[in-house]
Amino acid sequence: MARFRGRGMASVNYPIGMNLGGDPSQALIHSNPDGKFTVALSAIDLGQGMKQVTRQVAAETLGVPIEDVYVDTADSDTGPHDMGSFASRGTHRMGNAVIAAAREARGVLLEAAAEELEVNAADLVTDGKGNIHVKGAPSRSITVRATAQAAQFKQGKTIAGRGIFLIPLSSVDPETGEMNPNTAFAHACLVADVEVDDETGEVTVLGMNSAYELGRVINPKMVEQQLVGGAWMGISHALYETPEPYYPNPDHGPRDFNEYLMPGPGDIAPYSIAILERPAPDGPFGGKGPGEMCANPVLPAIANAVYNAVGVRVNDLPITPEKILRGIRANGGAKPQARRGGAL
Amino acid sequence: MMEFRKDLFSNERDDDLNVVGKGVQRQDAPGHVTGRSPFFDDHAFEGLLHLKVVRSPHPHARIRRIDISAAERAPGVKRILRGADVPVNRNTLLSLINFGKDDEPTLAVDKVRYIGEPIVAIIAESEAQALAARALVRLEYEPLPAVFDVEEALKPGAPVINDIYPGNYFEYHEKYDHQKLRFGDVERGFAMADHIVEDRYQMSPIEHAPTETNGSIAAPEQNDRFVVHSCAQGLFFSLGTAAKIVNLDSNRLHFIGGTVGGGFGGKVDSLTEPLSILGAMMTGRPVRYVLDREEEMLYGSPRGAERIYIKDGIARDGRILARQIRSYFDAGAYTRLSSYAAIKCTAHLPGPYTIPNVASDIYVAYTNRCPSTAMRGFGITAVDFALEVHMDKGAEACGLDPMEFRILNAYRDGDMKAHRRVAKNTALIECVQVAAEKARWPISDEARRQSSLTGGGGARAEIPATPIDENGRINRPETRGGRPTQTLPAGTMRIPLTKQPIMEGSTENRPKAPAVPQYEPYRPAAAAPPPPAPAYTPPPPSAPPPAPAPAAAPSASPAPASQHGAHRFSSVFGTRRR
Repeated sequence: MARFRGRGMASVNYPIGMNLGGDPSQALIHSNPDGKFTVALSAIDLGQGMKQVTRQVAAETLGVPIEDVYVDTADSDTGPHDMGSFASRGTHRMGNAVIAAAREARGVLLEAAAEELEVNAADLVTDGKGNIHVKGAPSRSITVRATAQAAQFKQGKTIAGRGIFLIPLSSVDPETGEMNPNTAFAHACLVADVEVDDETGEVTVLGMNSAYELGRVINPKMVEQQLVGGAWMGISHALYETPEPYYPNPDHGPRDFNEYLMPGPGDIAPYSIAILERPAPDGPFGGKGPGEMCANPVLPAIANAVYNAVGVRVNDLPITPEKILRGIRANGGAKPQARRGGAL
Repeated sequence: MMEFRKDLFSNERDDDLNVVGKGVQRQDAPGHVTGRSPFFDDHAFEGLLHLKVVRSPHPHARIRRIDISAAERAPGVKRILRGADVPVNRNTLLSLINFGKDDEPTLAVDKVRYIGEPIVAIIAESEAQALAARALVRLEYEPLPAVFDVEEALKPGAPVINDIYPGNYFEYHEKYDHQKLRFGDVERGFAMADHIVEDRYQMSPIEHAPTETNGSIAAPEQNDRFVVHSCAQGLFFSLGTAAKIVNLDSNRLHFIGGTVGGGFGGKVDSLTEPLSILGAMMTGRPVRYVLDREEEMLYGSPRGAERIYIKDGIARDGRILARQIRSYFDAGAYTRLSSYAAIKCTAHLPGPYTIPNVASDIYVAYTNRCPSTAMRGFGITAVDFALEVHMDKGAEACGLDPMEFRILNAYRDGDMKAHRRVAKNTALIECVQVAAEKARWPISDEARRQSSLTGGGGARAEIPATPIDENGRINRPETRGGRPTQTLPAGTMRIPLTKQPIMEGSTENRPKAPAVPQYEPYRPAAAAPPPPAPAYTPPPPSAPPPAPAPAAAPSASPAPASQHGAHRFSSVFGTRRR
């Protein structure tokens, strides 16, 4: 009885947003009298960071410090319509709606500043730190705060903006499947190293390496959070989870986390990620978003690594010890395959 | 550990943004880590009532009798709801975008179609009283034969599960029992191939397992409106669904949510909102309906199972000549969102590879299990598992390293995809190269030299002549194995192109968008602190740096007329005044 090491890989792409389009997102932005902005959305933060992504996109577009922007989700009385947080659409669709709204609000902000400075609004720039000044002449400046106060109490202007982003709905050809699906795709490749015990059938994930291309990264910490969390889910999907372990037999429904298996802290594998950024032509600042795809390459990479380790192909998820042991027995013992490159 | 490869695609990107790209702390982080962020269930109401449902113990049965007399007399019970109390007791989620037929009751009336299907809702003063009364509801059933296997369900003569779709399949285009994809001639591709690789794959159901289970609280607002604290993943999606089922105008519902304890797709279905609202309407009091963990696990609608058959024809040199796929989504007893996932899956095929002949038939089959719904990677995760394990087998069949096999077949800019649209903005090859490098997995110099930017298009951009068929007509299962009826000539396109929005921040194929805000450090007369260092320093590029940007940065001027999409709302930009 022995433990066998194996290595597998998988490469994938992922469509960003509802496949056929027709999924609008809207945003409203307005300023307090002292130049602090509120973004009102009905987008949902599931923990993935919707509020922070839209906050950074709004601050970038408005040209104001991040501390001067807060995002309010989600109240159907104040936040305009959004399709929802699913289909990896949040960053792309809502990011673009927020840009549209912020650009409109920025337009009013610069107009108000131009009136105070007695210059042309087209000659004004923001410094991202709370000031507006004439391009090339930093001494001719006014703060965002003073501008907002003047707009509100002197000029009678509302520093506000509204935005929507919509990719029109595509139809689908019944005979060929021709359609206009998503406009943006993210990409990934992942290598998994595993160890398989031919006595117990248990798989230990020793480590993973991946490369993800996600368009422009809006917040690297949140990308890391998504990719690491999603990889855990990928390990869980590959090796542990299902309420119906003998599907299509519907028996064995689990009732709680004692009966529904998931990897624990001891099963988490070291994970090293490289990020590539090829901006999406229609993404917010080129962003696509890591969204759903971060679990996907893990499943086949682990399945391929198990084959590489002991020569057993498990085509039915999850890859349980029982399936591995049955495969080893059918093959007359473990059949390790050729090693692939530098081991851990 | 995470690193950036800023050297790749650097000429398509200006890394000069102010706060986009920075690892700024989330605005909600302090609330989350101190346990003080308010979720839907953190809202206290005076006089709050609790709703629990009676669920079917049978996978398929006719309901003979529902007797609530004993339950009605139980302590604390305020109201009991049955199917007849639900104003619009049949819905399908995607009716909001006019896709599919209403097929699912909120409370089952004459039949139950899965174990756990709600039949009666009990509203009581306390959760314990609602649970006690639940045990007093007397139901009589006549069990019916059940089907659990997708391919069994599609056989002629199988028990009818969902009466709206009597063939046990979702009906596409009012014409077919599946969604087709046809690109080129797979039979010809197989005939030319040196290796044929075929296999069957199965994804089992998976539970979303969010930390916060599904639930909602609805309360009368004393102005003829109802406030609803919800954990929905789509606030207006849930509002629209609930408004239809309880038959109220949308402005009589005030949904509040937005901070959700994990969704993963399991909070799109509005499992609780309609009954909470109906309970509040019927009692005039706030009503809370929250699934307990057992309900969430067993009846909270899982990721659906998928069965996938793949056949590849591969040339001796490793090029995939043809790929044929047949797959079955297990929708459970009702459609929910499965019909949409099958189309998304069709658009995704044959994966991120350029293959000249591709065909697929994707079925959505009904079975007597809990309706499945969206879950992370909906329509993609299972087929990616199947495709990528199949790619491993294909590499083995033709004696190629798996990385080299993928780079050889990877799609590139300008290639025609199987749904007849040109691939753009691709980056699969670069991801494979970087992953190989990180994992110290040796690949050939030639594989290392490949690029997504070159080698695509040309002959690879052509739409081939394609035999099409009318197999699988609705109500005619005998047509499933038919022959092609005609061949579409090369270059055929029948669906108009969607106008593509162009947004700022990308410089692909065009000059820098003029309306991106430009940052010019503010330097007042007195010495100012230097600008903060960027959080992430890009590594030195391996290639020569791109041409420097023009010295005179374009100003935030009116968007040019060629821009559209979201830009059209920035109308104020064009109206400057002195």
